[in-house]
Amino acid sequence: MSRKKSVEEYQKTKSFRFWRWLSGSKDPYVGEVEMKPQKEPVYSEEISQERMQEKLELQEKVYDVEQNPLLRLFRRVYAISAVLFCIILAGVLLYMVAYLPPTGEADKAVNNEVPARYIENGLQETGAVNIVTGMILDYRAFDTFGESNVLFTATTTVLILLHVRKKKVEKKRKEDRENGLEEEDDRMYEPQDDPILQACASILVPIIILFGVYVILNGHLSPGGGFSGGAIVGAGLILYLSAFGFEKTEKMFTEKTYKYVSFGALTTYCLAKSYSFFTGANHLESHIPLGTPGAILSSGLILILNICVGLVVACTMYTFYVMFRKGDF
Amino acid sequence: MDFLKNLPFFSIMISMFSAIITSILPKKAAKWLNTVVIVVIGILSAILLVYLFGTGESYTFMMGHFPAPWGNEIRAGVLEAGMALFFCIIMLLSVIGGSKKLEADVAEEKQGLYFILMDLLLSSLLALIYTNDLFTAYVFVEINTIAACGLIMIRQTGHAIEAAVRYMIMSLLGSGLLLLGLCVLYDLTGHLLMSNIKEQVAVLVANNQYQIPLLCCIVMMSIGLSIKSALFPFHAWLPNAYGYSTVSSSAVLSSLVSKGYIFLLIKIIYRVIGFDVFKNSRIIDILFVFGLMGMIFGSLSAIRQKDVKRMVAFSSVAQIGYIYMGIGMGTNFAIAASVFHILSHAATKSLLFIASEGLCDASGESRRMEDLTGAAYRNKIAGAAFLVGSLSMVGVPLFPGFISKLLFAQSALQIEFTKMLPALIVLGISTILNAVYFMKASIRIYTPVEGEKRFPVVPVKKQGIYGVVLVVFILLNLYLGTFSQPITDWILQGLGMFA
Repeated sequence: MSRKKSVEEYQKTKSFRFWRWLSGSKDPYVGEVEMKPQKEPVYSEEISQERMQEKLELQEKVYDVEQNPLLRLFRRVYAISAVLFCIILAGVLLYMVAYLPPTGEADKAVNNEVPARYIENGLQETGAVNIVTGMILDYRAFDTFGESNVLFTATTTVLILLHVRKKKVEKKRKEDRENGLEEEDDRMYEPQDDPILQACASILVPIIILFGVYVILNGHLSPGGGFSGGAIVGAGLILYLSAFGFEKTEKMFTEKTYKYVSFGALTTYCLAKSYSFFTGANHLESHIPLGTPGAILSSGLILILNICVGLVVACTMYTFYVMFRKGDF
Repeated sequence: MDFLKNLPFFSIMISMFSAIITSILPKKAAKWLNTVVIVVIGILSAILLVYLFGTGESYTFMMGHFPAPWGNEIRAGVLEAGMALFFCIIMLLSVIGGSKKLEADVAEEKQGLYFILMDLLLSSLLALIYTNDLFTAYVFVEINTIAACGLIMIRQTGHAIEAAVRYMIMSLLGSGLLLLGLCVLYDLTGHLLMSNIKEQVAVLVANNQYQIPLLCCIVMMSIGLSIKSALFPFHAWLPNAYGYSTVSSSAVLSSLVSKGYIFLLIKIIYRVIGFDVFKNSRIIDILFVFGLMGMIFGSLSAIRQKDVKRMVAFSSVAQIGYIYMGIGMGTNFAIAASVFHILSHAATKSLLFIASEGLCDASGESRRMEDLTGAAYRNKIAGAAFLVGSLSMVGVPLFPGFISKLLFAQSALQIEFTKMLPALIVLGISTILNAVYFMKASIRIYTPVEGEKRFPVVPVKKQGIYGVVLVVFILLNLYLGTFSQPITDWILQGLGMFA
């Protein structure tokens, strides 16, 4: 059984007051407790003029380097101590290097069972003739996955910083022109049609890109791999862009291309490696054939992973260049 | 092998994969995916924690077909699983609490990118927590650094970009030192796996070989990580980075990113260098002194601030000082106190950032202290939350800040006199200084404005999810402050598994 209270009685209860305070209809302090709120000080004309004077003096005497000997001294001491600090740090590090174990000795700590297995069993276990590739894409594939995600993170950050929508820029340009102002944004103007560059590029670009593809695809057979090959392909794309301008590259490489290519490559990498990690950790058969060492289709997942890494690196390099040059694809 | 042992691997891969998927999603879907992923990983970590409490021992997990010194390896114990769970909770609350502000602060087309960075940050934090390999740790430190820069500068104001550049320079210096230390350590021991390095270091110390490079690499790694987590003389990047970024970023940066590095340092102390070797190298004295200085100078700078967010940011410098003081005391119990302070500071500081955002919004987007007068009446939940945060920071009983101060004082009593006395004195001074600025701010927001009301009252019912987040934060703080015994037991058990 609940007791029914009259309205007057209810208004005296604490819960009613709390709800009133919570809903903001009445402030319990106002009119009840003497409160002296903090006010901003009011300055008279004279004082504010004095303040202005002081501010000007301050600017002249304190912040002006020419006038303030103390600041000058501080800057000099700061510069000297910065240089000293660097010299001391370099000295300490050199001192330390002198005590490191000498390179090239057979009984050095780094020549232990870890590289021994990479060198002796690398070919059988990973199927890759190039041991380095076998190491980074099979033995330590998790690190390499992290590394390609570093590139992905870096591209995302550069997109945040530099990406400007082309439509916005063009709208601004149009407005500027209509208002008779000088155009502030000159990022749409491009140096165009340099015959020497174009002639060189038309010969070089196909070779560079083909060589990059070769380096990527042969990553498990010869020196190279996704990172270096991707960088070469990216360089080829950048040369092509510098020679022929955005009108040509837009036909094949837009924001969508970047998005879907890097999405596809990273997804493939992630899923393939998750499968391999999962089977490896749970001691399951992975059913991925290693093939004959030396053949182009061999070494299990490494070829696919190299292609993925290569695509990510090429896209990243090209996107960086485009972002720094124009801000949109 | 138990299927549940796969959970750390699943959590890292899920968060990375979600970042990759987010790159092609529209921003609404990106936000939902981010929330779902954090919740899922939180649940997975909770299950793992329960499982590990059941088995009572840590385990290693092979990433791939090759065993540890050749392949990669991750490792999970109760401390790792609990940390992952806690980080997920804080990140979830911070992201949801700041989501409304995010829409106002960040350009429409870039909001999707924000969630990519958030997912990547989560994955890197998880990898830092679980890794058993120093080089893997370095790779994920890189992801963490770049993602944190992006989170600061996504609010593209001059201040934020300047802060991001400053953060990048300092943070890269820290990464560089960490990498140098790691290279030297690899040269001396020939291993990258934590447990193998520890064995080799013990051999080197026993034979008294290579003492100078070993000392240099301990110094470089600990200074590198303390630059990245804003220990006192290296804190110059902190106030602007926390003060001018969008509120979710400041909450996540202050409570998770810097704590991830400190956790890595603790891991290096226990699992790479070895606790005794680290203690005997006098670097812990330096960390101790820097920590004490940070506790005082951080608070002194916070008192001078006229901008509420910068004040909260400067108080982080002081709190990071507490954590390093605990590490510098060099006992197991003191490090447990530091780990507890990591938790309590993370819970309280993200609460303070999100609450102060609400107070600023109720004062016409102004962050100046004068305009905040009476803000707690205009936005009551935010006012109450700010009060709770302040009380916790000052160290009032019932709140987590009290427990961590108590633990620090207890551990100070167990060490030698020359360190006990400064630790206790500075702890006292710092508490008073904390009280000065936090109580000043709390009194200011609870002082009624006389006469004409300049800003409208934000009704409680209209706050929606923001209010819910603050209430959950308050409950989390009360939980940490009142049920501290099981948590300290858990930390001590986890640290025991480290060795």
